[in-house]
Amino acid sequence: MTGSLATRVLGAVALAAVAVMAILALWISPADEVQGDAVRLMYVHVPSIWVAYGSFVLTAFASARVLWRTRSGAGGSQGVIADRQARHWDRVAGAAAELGVIFTALTLMTGSLWGKVTWGAYWQWDARLTTSVLLFVTYLGYLALRRLPAESRSRARRSAVMALIAVVNLPIVHFSVDWWRTLHQEASLELGPGGARNYTGEMYWTLLYSWATFTMVALWIGIHRYRVLRLEELAEEAALEELLAARRAEYENAGPRSTEQESNERAEQVTSR
Amino acid sequence: MLREIWIVCRKDLTIEWRARVTLVQIVPTVLLVLVVFAFAFDANPTLLGAGAGGLFWVAVLFGAVLGSKRSFDIEAEGGNLDALRLGGLAPAAILWGKATALALQSMVVGVFAAAGLLVLFSVTVEDWLLIVAAGLCGTAAFAVCGALYGAMTVGLRSADTLLPLLLIPVAAPVLLAGTRAFDVALGTSADQGWSWTALLAVVLVTYIAVGWLAAGPLLEDA
Repeated sequence: MTGSLATRVLGAVALAAVAVMAILALWISPADEVQGDAVRLMYVHVPSIWVAYGSFVLTAFASARVLWRTRSGAGGSQGVIADRQARHWDRVAGAAAELGVIFTALTLMTGSLWGKVTWGAYWQWDARLTTSVLLFVTYLGYLALRRLPAESRSRARRSAVMALIAVVNLPIVHFSVDWWRTLHQEASLELGPGGARNYTGEMYWTLLYSWATFTMVALWIGIHRYRVLRLEELAEEAALEELLAARRAEYENAGPRSTEQESNERAEQVTSR
Repeated sequence: MLREIWIVCRKDLTIEWRARVTLVQIVPTVLLVLVVFAFAFDANPTLLGAGAGGLFWVAVLFGAVLGSKRSFDIEAEGGNLDALRLGGLAPAAILWGKATALALQSMVVGVFAAAGLLVLFSVTVEDWLLIVAAGLCGTAAFAVCGALYGAMTVGLRSADTLLPLLLIPVAAPVLLAGTRAFDVALGTSADQGWSWTALLAVVLVTYIAVGWLAAGPLLEDA
């Protein structure tokens, strides 16, 4: 129901890319001299957090657009267009945040498994791990805020503010390995010319390929999630229209009732309880 | 603007003075947290002394969550927030007035919590200036953050349970930096206490900047 030719092609390509990634990560890429086969978890762990970062940045960008489109002053047809665009960006923010939470959870899970093999414990109170959990909980709170029943414009604006506050956590998580003494290794890859690499050769290319694959999978899920959110909104609007039509029909069939009739009916209801 | 902020702050402090919720309910709860932690650590004086800085901030954070909730509950009842806005007060003035009142109340809570630590955990303070500076920055940061999230959840059906979930992770940097600064001031760590206090000040300024931008969108819809 949410599929189109483009998303079906994207889905098929993403699925094939995952299969190739599994071959690269499990067989082609060599075991690490220090970490052994545990390094293969990195091909899921590192791309997951990159996709999560990207999703949270997209959430913040979309939230800024929501606040911009819903600022006071727009009225008439311009107001309707602005409202439609705000709802679009709100759905983008919601879908992206859900993806971010899923991929952060995946990062934490694979990190725990890697920790058990390498450090001998699933969890260490390390700055990177702790800030990642805080990031995860912050966005769980964001999703909880989005799910509360409220008028859509108000909910979108509140969530947008929350998303803009939450995104401040991203640099704290990312640079925590540089700012504090941690058990967690430094960033796997640094952007820009001359950026440090913890991985080289087949490992490096497998990591980049995994990132591209995860991005494709995230895009595919995100588009579907966006469409589901749109369908939910349409279903809510349709249900509301249906209720209003039923009430109108009821009123037209019964004809206008006097205040006396209504108070008598109410009195009967009270006595029958 | 400053006059409007003062009007809202004075109103909140007057309500607090009459109801005495901070003194009668929040302060005892915070002291109870300290006592409960002592039970949890089997009343081990060495362990409690080493963790005293962290316990202070955890207790004050719980107090700030309760205070934020209370501060916006009184506005949700009977449409008081609408009345304030119809009275011509700017959303930013409402937010900063409430944040200022919350900061003053949190500082009172902090003083009682610190006294509780000194008496119950027998800690000694080696640097009073550091304690005061870190305490002021940290409690003010909790208050600004609490006001922001209080405004975000005001009038929502699940605000009681949602507010701690939203507030505690965001307040974590204050908890971390405040604990490190207090550890140095209490002599349980040889870290850079003033660097952590500077970080607290940076976090406070960041929260203020975010609050300044968010006041309008939050309180226009509240």
